[in-house]
Amino acid sequence: MPETSSAPTLERVPTVDDYKSSAKPTWCPGCGDFGVLNAVYNSLKVKGYNTEDIVVVSGIGCSSRFPFFVSAYGFHGVHGRAIPISTGVKLANPDLKVLVVGGDGDAFAIGGGHFIHGMRRNVDVTYVIMDNEIYGLTKGQTSPTSNVGFITKSTPKGSVDQPLNPLALALISGATFVARGYSAKPKDLAELIVRGIEHPGMALIDVYSPCPTFNEINTFKFFRDVIKNVPEDHDPSDRAAAIELAMLDNPLYCGLFYQTTESESFDRRMQRLQTKDADPRQVLDRLFEQFS
Amino acid sequence: MEKRDLVIRFGGETGGGLQSVGQLVTKAAAAVGFRVLTFYSPPAEIKGGQAVFEVRLSSNALYARGGAVDILWTFDEEGYDAGIRDLRPGGLLIYDPADMEAPRSGNYRVVAVPVTEIAKTRLRFERGRNVVAFGMAAALFGLPKEPLADLLKRQFKRHAELLPQNIAALEAGIDWIEEHIPDRRQYALEPPPPIPGVMVLNGNQALSLGALAAGCRFLAGYPITPASDIMEFMAANLPQLGGNVVQAEDEIASMGMVLGASYAGKKAMTSTSGPGFSLMIEMLGLSAMAELPCVIVDAQRAGPSTGMPTRHEQGDLNLAVYGGHGEVPKLVFAPTSVLDCFHTAIDSFNFAEKYQIPVILLQDTVLAVRTESVERPSLDDVQPVDRVLVDVLSAHTNGSVNGHADALDHGHAPADETTQEGAARFARYASTPSGVSPTSIPGMAGAEYVATGLEHNEQGALRYDPATHARMTEKRHRKLAAAAAEAPEPLRFGDEDAEVGVITWGSSAGAVIEAIQLIHEQGGKAEMLAPKMLWPVPDHQLGEFIRRKKRVLVAEVNYSQQYANILRARYGTQLESVTSYGGVPFRVQQLIDAIAGKVAVHA
Repeated sequence: MPETSSAPTLERVPTVDDYKSSAKPTWCPGCGDFGVLNAVYNSLKVKGYNTEDIVVVSGIGCSSRFPFFVSAYGFHGVHGRAIPISTGVKLANPDLKVLVVGGDGDAFAIGGGHFIHGMRRNVDVTYVIMDNEIYGLTKGQTSPTSNVGFITKSTPKGSVDQPLNPLALALISGATFVARGYSAKPKDLAELIVRGIEHPGMALIDVYSPCPTFNEINTFKFFRDVIKNVPEDHDPSDRAAAIELAMLDNPLYCGLFYQTTESESFDRRMQRLQTKDADPRQVLDRLFEQFS
Repeated sequence: MEKRDLVIRFGGETGGGLQSVGQLVTKAAAAVGFRVLTFYSPPAEIKGGQAVFEVRLSSNALYARGGAVDILWTFDEEGYDAGIRDLRPGGLLIYDPADMEAPRSGNYRVVAVPVTEIAKTRLRFERGRNVVAFGMAAALFGLPKEPLADLLKRQFKRHAELLPQNIAALEAGIDWIEEHIPDRRQYALEPPPPIPGVMVLNGNQALSLGALAAGCRFLAGYPITPASDIMEFMAANLPQLGGNVVQAEDEIASMGMVLGASYAGKKAMTSTSGPGFSLMIEMLGLSAMAELPCVIVDAQRAGPSTGMPTRHEQGDLNLAVYGGHGEVPKLVFAPTSVLDCFHTAIDSFNFAEKYQIPVILLQDTVLAVRTESVERPSLDDVQPVDRVLVDVLSAHTNGSVNGHADALDHGHAPADETTQEGAARFARYASTPSGVSPTSIPGMAGAEYVATGLEHNEQGALRYDPATHARMTEKRHRKLAAAAAEAPEPLRFGDEDAEVGVITWGSSAGAVIEAIQLIHEQGGKAEMLAPKMLWPVPDHQLGEFIRRKKRVLVAEVNYSQQYANILRARYGTQLESVTSYGGVPFRVQQLIDAIAGKVAVHA
């Protein structure tokens, strides 16, 4: 890696403001994503990371504008590819704290292939999905988490596709940390994100984050009536029980569904393959010998 | 005329061992001192289907697959059918009676070699067939026994218990030839003094070594012919250098991982072939827009679509040059030989890092699988280039951190940046004469920024106004002119005074050189120019060459005259084109005829 020159970092207890960028979010008034943003600020404050050690990676969509609102390094990539990009960032420098953010279209439609491999690969990043069950930035089309019959601009007679179940999909794909949050409960959400950050592997937090502009069904009012905390007697090490909870439509449980630390993160496994502080010249000379 | 080279072709069904025999002969000949160059054409299938492995050896430098075959060694009837028309009159046809019926006689000498019988009955070592055959081939060329045995010793280093029976197999093969073909003068060449520190390797291996020498520390890829062995080689070796190789779920993910690793400060690459490169094109634009360096190796194969996975074509130039929606500044390089794969890989990384731009290295099937004996490149000559990082401390103190001064130079005063989405704490995309802006990498305090594919101004703030888009488009494209001015030296061959010039690229340069050599021998003249940088067009190389020629041909292995048309757009329609598009490289005679003006060339 090239030589770096750094300005000194503040030596004091961080505040939420340290993680706020100067840019004002471009979201509609009443957007659920504000709650998620506040939860992220709070979780970063709790962890107290230096802003230069954080990378926020996203795809494309309303919620994917997120990196611009965090005072940190950021990578606003292309639609659906946040997981691969974050994988590259984390492998290149495992000391970085990598937060991946985006919407349901980004995660489950165009990025669906990466989602399952991201879960099984288990790179140590925290993935917060702002799931509003609609396409917002393109102004109201059906999404992979939209319910059957949901009327949108692209489904004038109602959505025909079965919705995808993010938590169950993550669980069967090999995810090691699976949780659901709700943007109207930012304190609980911040706690979940902190746990996700502390989890030594891919932490998936699917967050209901209502779109007040294009989704008139899955509103804050709708969620208020169906959201419940994960039952106290649920054992988060029990994957089958977690899948069962994830399959329920009502209530919609929020909290930690599943966590295991049995499987080492991908980046740790890759690091163990590496020779540290090798002399490149010696290695190259040895490789040249193979062909001599 | 004195015979200068020998071509032996092993032909038959894949899986029958012809490649291992061919590789052994190649290594042995190189160890003795011969210049060696192979041509390998496997079928796309794992079992069944015809493969060809050709070894050409000479006392002189070799540039391409040879012409007529001197010795055809067929492993089955199909190998005979496919290869017999390429055997030169008076050549030698070799077969094992255990494999096939006696072939028809013709204007060639037929020798039945009892490889199977020797291995199975006499040595009771059926798996030793390949080594018996190797001994026979080596004896035909008059290769001394000592280096052959050394080669086997190295081959069986980890299984020393297998060595004695393999040595016996080798000796049985040699003895049989010495007894049955006592006069072998016509197949034997006098080897030249060996190349000091000779290496025997193929193009993909040379390319991988170059990438490592250049400082590549991250590769993400997806298996695809004929690029997979780059990923495999790197997977075996990059971790030793503290790097990572990831086999991703697809080529889109590969490209995403590469850009993520690049953003975090690593020199990063992917290796693929046409179908995979097609999938990467969207993020090629992201690389150019966010100005994140990366190297994409496209080992071209015959397309379109799945095409012919193991066949040769230089058909991806248009995709490399024009690929991507919108205007995507990028650099395209192509190596001309196995050794040049090493150097071009280094150039690719150096230019990518220096100019913070995507670089496409157009490998091709011929070079990917061709083995050559080459002089070991000196690592002392490798000078890796790193991207320029912003000096945060001085940038903060001297007031240029937000790039206002630069922006004003270009007639633009940014508005209140503090409220703009994405405004970095330094001018990440500061305007400079070369278009290159000092950057930062995560971990550097005070230099945080958001990489984005959205249009942005010098500070990285999102902007969609006409002035910003025009100004930043110009900035990104300025890098092309700066890079073109520093283009690596092209490969030149032939007579500077020649009226006829041939411009070519990639592995086709080898065939052009051999054509010009023959033309010179017959009293004619021609000169070749093979630029290493195909895009942008380095005018100081191409323009100068074209202007001093009466006739210029552009030789490439594709149907649509891709490079010729790129050059015609700049230098005019008088440029002639000579193409080949059957999935095989140029035959030297086709080029000789084209240079002589005997075949129709169309603009």
